[in-house]
Amino acid sequence: MERNITMVALFAALIAALGLVPSLTLAFGIPISAQSLGVMLAGTVLGAKRGFLAALLLVVLVLLGLPLLAGGRGGLGVLAGPTVGFFLGWPLAALVTGFVTQSWRGAPVAIAASVGAILGGIVVLYGCGILGLSLIADKGLWASAVLMTPFLPGDAIKAVLAGLITQGLMRARPHAVLSRN
Amino acid sequence: MISLTSPVETRAHRWRAGAKLGALCVATLALFFAPDTAWLGAALALTLGVYALPPWAFLRAGLSRLRPVMWVAVLIALWHGLAGDWHEGANIALRILTAVAMANLVTMTTRLSDMLDVIAWLLRPAARLGMNTRPAELGVALMIRFTPNFAERARQLHHAWRARSIRRANWRLVMPLTILALDDAEHVAEALKARGGVAASVPNPDGGTSNGT
Repeated sequence: MERNITMVALFAALIAALGLVPSLTLAFGIPISAQSLGVMLAGTVLGAKRGFLAALLLVVLVLLGLPLLAGGRGGLGVLAGPTVGFFLGWPLAALVTGFVTQSWRGAPVAIAASVGAILGGIVVLYGCGILGLSLIADKGLWASAVLMTPFLPGDAIKAVLAGLITQGLMRARPHAVLSRN
Repeated sequence: MISLTSPVETRAHRWRAGAKLGALCVATLALFFAPDTAWLGAALALTLGVYALPPWAFLRAGLSRLRPVMWVAVLIALWHGLAGDWHEGANIALRILTAVAMANLVTMTTRLSDMLDVIAWLLRPAARLGMNTRPAELGVALMIRFTPNFAERARQLHHAWRARSIRRANWRLVMPLTILALDDAEHVAEALKARGGVAASVPNPDGGTSNGT
């Protein structure tokens, strides 16, 4: 019980910290925040249920007014902004990512986690994000989807990294990777 | 943890958080029924006027928080405009700006503790039905406590990398940072258990009996 709570809470803090540190730009010098990588890792490391709760905790605290999103953004204004779908989609993305990682036992952890991160952190999350932008900007789903394509390569890299990092964690702290225990 | 609450003390800081949130819901909904551009422009002007009531520092902080959204709003207006509907584009941009500005207003005038009280109030029916809300309270407290800690350690890892390598530290720092977080989670869990577990760790605001284990 205590371990579940601390794992969820500290992982939520980790996702927040990943967004607050600007020096953590990702591969090839593309200045992408590592925050969505943190959401994927919440799923691949903690599994579906706890990953969902970690992302949910972050979402709630951002809405309460903590500046925990990349660039120090936060507060209720996020709900009225164009990124609302991505923001609210995080718990669902972590849930799907975690579900794939913990269910697909036949595959090596790096593969299962990467595929999970692609399904959860890209397919599901972009679905939510596109729906959100379409509603806020009053444009069709297709037009909104086209606008998101520049972000796809970065997130594809993050999904692969999530798999590799999870594999590394499996070696370093096998008992802490709750999704595969 | 620094929150987005404005340090400039306004009269609205003393209003009830629940009332402000309720008013925000109604006002945001009303934006979708505003008949035309003039009304939406008036709503935005009125909202910005409210920002200007406290000392100037409040307005300046509010505008700087609005800037990123302003660019997106302009882009969305252009997006509609180039498709031939400037009128619709202006409406949507104004609506987004006003809605975000109003929401920021509530965030800037409401302390974190007051917001947490609203959450506790929302959870009260669940608590009455027998759901244990302590894990949630403890999770919030732990997360607020550890976020600055992890941000600081990420900075330390980054410095350590820079001292030793000419290459850029990038995603390679994510794994050691995650290991630190997982280890801390184990230690904090042990510490909680040693102090009597979840049931003993959070004081019950209602003074009721605990059913946590």
